[in-house]
Amino acid sequence: MQTTNTDLLSGLVSALATGRIRVVDLTQTLTPDFPQIALPPELGQCWPFRIEEVSHYDERGPGWYWNNFSCGEHTGTHFDAPIHWISGRDLPNNAVDTIPVQHFVAPACVIDCSQQVKSDPDYLLTIADIEGFEAAHGRIPARAWVLMRTDWSKRLDPEAYQNFDETGQHTPGPSSEAVRFLVEQRDVLGFGSEAIGTDAGQGYHLRPPYPCHYFMHGAGRYGLQCLSNLDLLPPTGAVLICPPLKIQKGSGSPLRVLALVEQRA
Amino acid sequence: MTMPLMKPRRKNPVLRTRQINLPPWARGRVALGMTAAAAEGRFELQVCKDCDAVQYPPREACRRCLSPRLQWRTQSGEGTLLGTTTLHHSNDPFFRERLPWRLGLVQLAAGPSVMVHLHGEVGDAPAPVRVGARLDRAGQAVLIGFPAEGSEHMADDKMLREMTSDPKFRKALVTDGKTAVGQAVVQALVKAGAEIVWVGHAEPWKKLPGLADITAMPQVTLVPLDLTNGRSVTELAGEIGGKVDIVINNAEVHRTFGIAARRGMDVAKAEMDINYFGLLRLAQEFAPALKARSADGVAHAAAWVNLLSIYALSNYPPHGTFSASKAAAHSLAQCLRAEMRPAGIRVINLFPGPIDDEWNQNLPPPKVAPAAIAAAIVKALRDGIEDVYPGDVAQEWLERWRDNPKVLERELAAAGG
Repeated sequence: MQTTNTDLLSGLVSALATGRIRVVDLTQTLTPDFPQIALPPELGQCWPFRIEEVSHYDERGPGWYWNNFSCGEHTGTHFDAPIHWISGRDLPNNAVDTIPVQHFVAPACVIDCSQQVKSDPDYLLTIADIEGFEAAHGRIPARAWVLMRTDWSKRLDPEAYQNFDETGQHTPGPSSEAVRFLVEQRDVLGFGSEAIGTDAGQGYHLRPPYPCHYFMHGAGRYGLQCLSNLDLLPPTGAVLICPPLKIQKGSGSPLRVLALVEQRA
Repeated sequence: MTMPLMKPRRKNPVLRTRQINLPPWARGRVALGMTAAAAEGRFELQVCKDCDAVQYPPREACRRCLSPRLQWRTQSGEGTLLGTTTLHHSNDPFFRERLPWRLGLVQLAAGPSVMVHLHGEVGDAPAPVRVGARLDRAGQAVLIGFPAEGSEHMADDKMLREMTSDPKFRKALVTDGKTAVGQAVVQALVKAGAEIVWVGHAEPWKKLPGLADITAMPQVTLVPLDLTNGRSVTELAGEIGGKVDIVINNAEVHRTFGIAARRGMDVAKAEMDINYFGLLRLAQEFAPALKARSADGVAHAAAWVNLLSIYALSNYPPHGTFSASKAAAHSLAQCLRAEMRPAGIRVINLFPGPIDDEWNQNLPPPKVAPAAIAAAIVKALRDGIEDVYPGDVAQEWLERWRDNPKVLERELAAAGG
């Protein structure tokens, strides 16, 4: 067995070295300009990313440059653990420090909704979209990530990315039915999106409110949001590497999300 | 008649930007009483409690009966001009650069005769004049002889403009354009003749009403500015710091909690992050630029305005953490004033009572209207005032605080946390 494992890993290493397996970065850069989720101002708020210089080869530290930064658990490209939502609060191993680490390396299916979202920023992923995807690319395997590609991450202007009007935020996400289908019928590992949250901007008005958070985390599944570069992934076959920071009882964490993608000959 | 100030020509960029020289600023401790009154826009002289003599210059004892029981009292300033002199020479660098300079001797109706800087509209002696106290570029009280009745453009008088920070033809930065106060300030500055008003716009994705009204004005430009983000402050200072003549820091976070009413630190931190650290970040980046341009032509850099709160003087427990953040900001503003003084930049602090906004929704009137805050800021800039307490609540608290801060503390404690 030992030999086999080594062979597998050296195969991987050499495929990475030759470029047969590409590493795609699905992460937004952490910058103070990247918006954070906006809640009504009387509620508690997630900190945006902030950074302050400690020294810059100057009188504060002549030979070195470093910064202090601050942010929330849900700032930038980040991971949602089941404990994040009230529906997942009592599950075992529901925080970022106790989730089994094998879950941080898993296959991903990418459902392309970019066309629908072009004409409807409030677009909700439907069961029909999932069935259409499976008809073309095969059944979503158990314990895989399902990523909703919307090309929303291409909205580089924070105002366009947040897309607020006086009725709130207008960003795509999954319908309540689609989330239940993915959890109950497909046993997915989690759901990932390009917008600021896994739920749609108008998700508060769905039943239940924020269905992706409610059902995914209630079933011990995870969330990834503020992803980018999903257009560089194949519909199936990519492997995500997405370990959150090991924050004690953390509800989530900013993280680097990488995808391994095999180049088809 | 004062000729209206014409729009200044663009500066010649190959000439060295002129540096500030301050007028003589040394004052004894007693004389600072006059400065303290002028800082709030009042002309006060010492009056003897025993014999009612009014005296000038300030002294330790009454010039008539030697009683040490002297009290500062507001004066009307009515008087008669006895004589005038026009200086054509001075060894003092400040006046040397501003010659000719006209001085007068005034007999006050209250008794003393005083030397004053003369407004250009005051004619030859004898003439009725009104004496007022103003802070000069060094931040010290000086006396000014005003005409009994001024003309429309009297604020444009060359001498008077040295004492004030009139927004006319100046370029201002208002740090938060999203609030009703910010928008009212922008409107008031444009009306007062400001040439450019840059308006800070944090988190532009949050759509708040009223922005379209101010951006429709050609003088107004929205700029990205978030006082919680040091990089944003640095970047904006790099872009416009060298042009801003007046900074108006109105950005604030106001939540209505004491200690026990809100678990955790997030609200208190957010308040400190904008109300205190925001001022610090802004001052570190913009103050050096203002100081370098404090003698740069007739529309030189002139003033820095902080929106504080009357709660900075004494904690209002129902808004306890907000009060603490404003007290911290007040303390820092005093430091800023001391650091800006050598450059002749006026630091103006506003201590309003509760403002009529959504965070004071449940407070009963009287509350200060945003437009009243804006009017108070423009007035302070025009009149060279340093400390402003807009609104009935602020005025009343100030009086009680001056009377006895401990009694006020106990009375405010009765409001609960």
